[in-house]
Amino acid sequence: MRGSEDQTRLPRRARRPGRERCGQGVTPLKVVYTGLILSGILVIIALISLSLGPAKISLKDVLTWVTGYRSVDQTAWMILFKIRLPRILLAGLVGFTLSIGGVVFQALLRNPLAEPFILGVSSGAAVGAIIGIVFGLGFNLGVPLLSFMGALLTILLVMGISSRHGGLESSTLLLTGVIVNAFFTAVIMFFITTTSDSRLHSMLFWLYGDLSQSRYVQLSISLPIILIVSGILYAFSRHLNLIVGGEESALQMGVEVELVKWISFLGISLMTGMVISFSGIIGFVGLIVPHLMRMFLGPDHRLLIPASALGGAVFLIAADTLARIILSPSELPVGVITAFLGAPFFIYLLKRRGSQWTQS
Amino acid sequence: MDSELILKGVYFSYDDQWCLEGIDFELKKGEIVGMIGPNGSGKSTLLKIMDGLLKIQKGEVLLLNKPISSYTRGDVARQIAMVPQESTFRFPFSVFEVVLMGRFPHSGRFPFEGKEDLEIAQQSMRLTGTLDLERRSIHELSGGEKQRVLIARALTQRAQIILLDEPTSFLDIRHKVEIFELISSLTQTQGLSVIIVSHEISLAAQYCHRMLLLNKGSVYKTGEPSEVITADTISTVYQCPVLVDKNPISKTPRVTVLSRRGEGEKEMV
Repeated sequence: MRGSEDQTRLPRRARRPGRERCGQGVTPLKVVYTGLILSGILVIIALISLSLGPAKISLKDVLTWVTGYRSVDQTAWMILFKIRLPRILLAGLVGFTLSIGGVVFQALLRNPLAEPFILGVSSGAAVGAIIGIVFGLGFNLGVPLLSFMGALLTILLVMGISSRHGGLESSTLLLTGVIVNAFFTAVIMFFITTTSDSRLHSMLFWLYGDLSQSRYVQLSISLPIILIVSGILYAFSRHLNLIVGGEESALQMGVEVELVKWISFLGISLMTGMVISFSGIIGFVGLIVPHLMRMFLGPDHRLLIPASALGGAVFLIAADTLARIILSPSELPVGVITAFLGAPFFIYLLKRRGSQWTQS
Repeated sequence: MDSELILKGVYFSYDDQWCLEGIDFELKKGEIVGMIGPNGSGKSTLLKIMDGLLKIQKGEVLLLNKPISSYTRGDVARQIAMVPQESTFRFPFSVFEVVLMGRFPHSGRFPFEGKEDLEIAQQSMRLTGTLDLERRSIHELSGGEKQRVLIARALTQRAQIILLDEPTSFLDIRHKVEIFELISSLTQTQGLSVIIVSHEISLAAQYCHRMLLLNKGSVYKTGEPSEVITADTISTVYQCPVLVDKNPISKTPRVTVLSRRGEGEKEMV
């Protein structure tokens, strides 16, 4: 058999049962095609989601409303425009952002298990938001602002602790993230156990991800910021490809590694901090979507970043729709759905590929 | 002959102890220099200094007669390519994609490769015999194949200088020879200048024009393989008794490590 000598240094599990699917070169055309296909799926999922819910509104009615062909009655309009649409848009935006955050963190840390949550960005944002709730700040400005600041301070703290001689070391960074996460979880638990009034419910619901608080104001503020940051990250996609092959070799091939890292970390904390302040902590999106996309489309970030972004939007809209209708008329937090789907999937992947991922 | 890379009185330390002391070195066009020395003698550090990855405290590193610190990373990457000892790609890039990454320092703002880039990558793969691996995942390759792919990536970089850091350390004898043969032929056909760090002293002696023997952060001896590799220098620097004779075919120095048991038997005879 070919390559008996080559795999002697790998643990047994890392030997692949079949051929591994690898990337086959990315062209602009391929990126455009993939983008169009995923956008199509996104639109279809969004339309289906609009038609689903406790109040019966048929897909046909939704279509005629969306296309402006015929208006719907007042109640249906209220439900579609004021309740379902902003929620779907927020789900899409959050999925988009968390997936990009996941892809980029995974590349920068050269670890497929990384995502915004692991660096403590999510829990930092959560602590900020919960402090906002405790002090009775509004959900429109006060809570999101504190949450964003929490995310930003966390990433600065984590980067501050793990930077040495001006460089960021990946393993230290991951470890610092884990420790910061543990600390913030304690802080969150402290606030939850010491709060007993009605604020407790909003805290808890928020902790597991709640997209029902969506407002058009929030969407219109965050959308341009997210698009700009995503564009910058996309401009780094080739740099990220090289960093995956080792920081030193990337540096050797002309990538300004530290610059790419700092800009990416700041950009991601900006956009994830912002969406987390609107949605609460939603786990696994940033892990699962990039992973699935990598399996189907290969690891090249020029394709992986846009595909994950759109795939993340599709995934979270679908998950949130499920959260809305599964126990109708009552609702589940969307984080429960993503964790239900995500955790088993992730364990399966870990079992199958674990040893390969943990090699240094 | 032109000097591609010149080191003058280079001192470097990671903390308070000198790791390299007063290194003088010159790399001429078209030559293969073998860098040898015991573990911890500063070989890899010196290689990183030559590539401008580490900032020296004293002395000068000149790349094409200009201080290497005056170059951007991209400028250096167009002149010098490095082949690492090993490279772990965490995600399943194909061989073709990995080789194509070598075009990065030559790319503009548009993040996709053009026709010329693809041709250069193809050519590098042809030169290194990796063309038939093109569609395979980098994870599936054997050690020897992977090393050839990394050399192909370095060629794709179109640099005149190639630095190799122990490229043969995980390979068996056949693959070790293959790598040296490849480097030797590339130097001749492509006019490259090569510095190769190796622990394969006898093998390196067959292919290198010049050897650089490092000991405790300074140059112990440099010159033609037959000057540098003597029983005296090798046993002193490596602190291990050796026998050095001539390879009967290539007439280059051949090092045989003497085991303690071997010595005992010799005494008995």
